[in-house]
Amino acid sequence: MSENILEIHNVVKNYANHRALDDVSLTIPSGVIYGLLGPNGAGKTSLIRIVNQITAPDSGSVLFDGKPLNEKNIYEIGYLPEERGLYKKMKVGEQLLYLARLKGLSKDAAMEKLKEWFIKFDIKTWWDKPIEDLSKGMQQKIQFVATVLHQPKLIILDEPFSGFDPINATLIKDEILELKEKGSTIIFSTHRMESVEELCDYIALINKSKKVLEGKKLDIKDQYKSNTYTLNYEGEKVDSATNFNVLSNQKNLDGSQTAVLKAADGKFGNDLLREILEKVTVKSFKEDVASMNDVFIKAVNESN
Amino acid sequence: MNNILLIIQREYVTRVKKKSFIVMTILGPLLMGLMYAGVIWAAVSSVNQKKIEVLDESKLFEGKFKPSEEFLFVFKKEKIEDLKKSLKGSDFDALVHIPSDVLENPKSIKIYSEKGVTLELQSRVESALEREIENIKLTEAGITKSVLESAKMDVSSETISLKEGGEKKSSAAAASIIGGICAFLIYLSVFIYGAQVMRSITEEKTSRIVEILISSVKPFQLMIGKIIGVALVGLTQFGLWIVLSAGILTFGSKLVGEKLIQSKNAMTEAQMASLPPEAQEMAKEKMQAGGGIPSEMMPDFFGALDTLPLTTIIISFLFYFVGGYLLYSALFGAVGSAVDSDTDTQQFMLPITIPIIAAFMIAQFVIRDPNSNLAIWTSMIPFTSPIIMMVRIPFGVPIWQIVLSVVLLIGGFIFTTWLASRIYRVGILMYGKKVTWKELGKWIFYKS
Repeated sequence: MSENILEIHNVVKNYANHRALDDVSLTIPSGVIYGLLGPNGAGKTSLIRIVNQITAPDSGSVLFDGKPLNEKNIYEIGYLPEERGLYKKMKVGEQLLYLARLKGLSKDAAMEKLKEWFIKFDIKTWWDKPIEDLSKGMQQKIQFVATVLHQPKLIILDEPFSGFDPINATLIKDEILELKEKGSTIIFSTHRMESVEELCDYIALINKSKKVLEGKKLDIKDQYKSNTYTLNYEGEKVDSATNFNVLSNQKNLDGSQTAVLKAADGKFGNDLLREILEKVTVKSFKEDVASMNDVFIKAVNESN
Repeated sequence: MNNILLIIQREYVTRVKKKSFIVMTILGPLLMGLMYAGVIWAAVSSVNQKKIEVLDESKLFEGKFKPSEEFLFVFKKEKIEDLKKSLKGSDFDALVHIPSDVLENPKSIKIYSEKGVTLELQSRVESALEREIENIKLTEAGITKSVLESAKMDVSSETISLKEGGEKKSSAAAASIIGGICAFLIYLSVFIYGAQVMRSITEEKTSRIVEILISSVKPFQLMIGKIIGVALVGLTQFGLWIVLSAGILTFGSKLVGEKLIQSKNAMTEAQMASLPPEAQEMAKEKMQAGGGIPSEMMPDFFGALDTLPLTTIIISFLFYFVGGYLLYSALFGAVGSAVDSDTDTQQFMLPITIPIIAAFMIAQFVIRDPNSNLAIWTSMIPFTSPIIMMVRIPFGVPIWQIVLSVVLLIGGFIFTTWLASRIYRVGILMYGKKVTWKELGKWIFYKS
């Protein structure tokens, strides 16, 4: 397997009256969970459709596992679209078998794999039920199985958790992690920053058809940290000093106070602490890490 | 290719397994059989012989009214007043009074009846009298009976079509019936199966499974697989219909046929019993000569069938059914992909259905004149040829016309399939947009 499962180089895609992707380049390393983020209408779906060969880029190139994307790669990709459905009248088993065979599995191999999944998800009794008899969450489970059944190298999940209750969401999350463990790469498109926080190793952010950010999640978070610290203390109210400014301060019910301190340029936690320790009793002191939510909002606003 | 086969298989199997398919396949011929039986039964049971008494004061017409399956005439000698009085309560349905001066005063004939006189009885009595009065007057004018006999001629023509390999008896009636049935079946199937393709594409789009499918297969494969799958369903249904109908018809006509013969025999016996002895003899002789039931009662339809180019008809029916269906179902499919729900299809349906309906209407004229310019032109144009050519083929069509029509139809459906696939690939991913004709036109030229 090549180092990068997917390389997207300078892809441009125009639709009738707007540009959906404007010179977008992404590198998706093998074996990671890659968060593809962006506001609605940013061009994520267009990009995903290009990777799935549903549409072709106007210019630019896509490399799958080191080689230009070709028709055979369809069998190595599993795609769970955001807007998804199944044949309502068709039975669960038949339907999964059909979808698996369209992905190039033989009937026997598909049966084999299906049995495993039916046991794993404990849904053996669903085999002969028509899809319309299942709840929305149950249908989502079936769709997830359909996406990963053929053990694709690359799995693209567009909002995989929508419609799931917390129990099933956790179940799916564990499955995603297990798939990564087994060597699959997962592209994960979502608006839920908490799941990005939890799952993604890499992220890319697309806004208004352009790539805004790309890289390791931790690096990006570091890049976007606000350089603020939260201090919980007892004693006299702290005032701004040479090493920091006080952004806010509030009294707590137990008599302690909480302040948010902004470090001066080139100053870090230790510098702040040194100054504070002389004045008050420190109960806790913590560097504020940028949440993905902050990163998202900041990056989108900056690029606007 | 493998994927197309899988799609065809799914489309075919899910449809054939549906209850509605099974019900329609069984019920179709059964309904047809019932209809057929109903018509025959109605025809048989409506033959309710009426007894008519005739008072012939002119003494000219005795024995001249021939009994038929509808009417039986009995001549009476009583006075008109008595007969009128006794009509009520007797088993006679009507009384015909022919006065003695009927030759001079032909309008003086009167028909009495309790329930009102049917037009049929009136015209029958009138024509019988007219004929006799004519005979009498001609005889009076000096024309002998033998001249009269030889002047009466029964004209019925036999149509013969000239073909290489000799003359063949042909039957225009059989040809138009077969042509008409084939055309109607194609007309019907284009609508039924075309609409099925359309609805199923819209369903895939609205249920959003299409998003999942097109990550595995090309939109074109999905569309063509569906079209072929439904075509096979159509062929299966037709095949089963033909087999079942043939079964029901054979069984049914045997049953009905026996009943028909029985009732006829019963009737003729009753008729004969009421005839004077010498007339009975005559009628018997006539019946034996005619082989029981008068043969003109049953048109020799099946005999005429043999003279038609049956193999050509069957092969061309299959071709034009498939060709016409492919041509139109692609267009129906394009419409199905462009809309968000069945209810939105109306505006796009009309331009597609107009040529089919027009073809079906033109077919009525073509049956009467299968070699007119209109017939030749419309049997070439791919949008009308499946229906019109099927009407013409039983009458015999020059080979170059068939070849040209076939080539054009193949070209036609390749073109509509291409067109439809261009619209389809854009349409299935387009949601929540009221699509216009202009928009559809633009889609055709989109890059993929």
